[in-house]
Amino acid sequence: MRAAVIQFPGSNCDRDMAVAIRDITGAETTLVWHRAGELPDGLDLIAIPGGFSYGDYLRSGAMAARSPVMQAVVKAAERGVPVLGVCNGFQILTEAGLLPGALMRNAGISFVCRTVGLTVENNQSAFTKGYSTGEQVQIPVAHHDGNYFADSETLDRLEGEGRIAFRYAENVNGSARNIAGVLNAGGNVLGMMPHPERMTEAVHGGSDGRRLFEGLLRQIA
Amino acid sequence: MKTRIFVTLKNGVLDPQGKAIHHAIEGLGFSGVHDVRAGRLIEIEHEPGVSKADLETMCTKLLANMVIENFEIEQA
Repeated sequence: MRAAVIQFPGSNCDRDMAVAIRDITGAETTLVWHRAGELPDGLDLIAIPGGFSYGDYLRSGAMAARSPVMQAVVKAAERGVPVLGVCNGFQILTEAGLLPGALMRNAGISFVCRTVGLTVENNQSAFTKGYSTGEQVQIPVAHHDGNYFADSETLDRLEGEGRIAFRYAENVNGSARNIAGVLNAGGNVLGMMPHPERMTEAVHGGSDGRRLFEGLLRQIA
Repeated sequence: MKTRIFVTLKNGVLDPQGKAIHHAIEGLGFSGVHDVRAGRLIEIEHEPGVSKADLETMCTKLLANMVIENFEIEQA
């Protein structure tokens, strides 16, 4: 298995993501700088990590979504390569048009940084195979702009097509229908605000995030 | 030549920042303020040859997120 983690100026979860992927899946994991015009060959997974790319200038993820490497990421996603965007990565994927909707300032204005309960809504995707549908898991969030917005038509479509991967078990940030993670139409792109890479071993206080990577490994290997 | 671009949230999109500003205005003792919505002003200095269509493309491709925002282009 081969994986790439994209680094933007201001990414700060890139190394955590690379360690999680490498340790759990054994994938040969490369860090790819945002100015790269192309990605390594034969990738089985692309991860867009959390952080504050470009200092969240203009809008969270807006500048990163227009950087050179993202064109290659969009092409890979169209070929069916699994793309995982976490936190700022989710914001970047919506800004790049790979996922519908937008992530706005948290409804309560405050930065939210704590472990939250998530309900697994769909365990059929490559990313959620390690979970059971309806199961509740504990994964930390750390974000200021996690308030998921889409018009009601889009939300109905996402629900109807089983594209809501995770929902918050409580109102965390004002997200429409408590959405915490969404899939693209092909099911190979997942954006989620919570950080599975920060919950992968006992010393983190839990390992519910680990199963996302284990599920990916089973799917890909 | 200077163009000003106003980016505002679409009607119906909740504006937590506007709400917080509204509370702060009330905290200063001003009454009679019904609602506050916050947006963004972007000033662009450019050659006269940069067309309105180019400016619109800049808005739709980068300056505004069309899922949640509208834009207005004001040329001097």
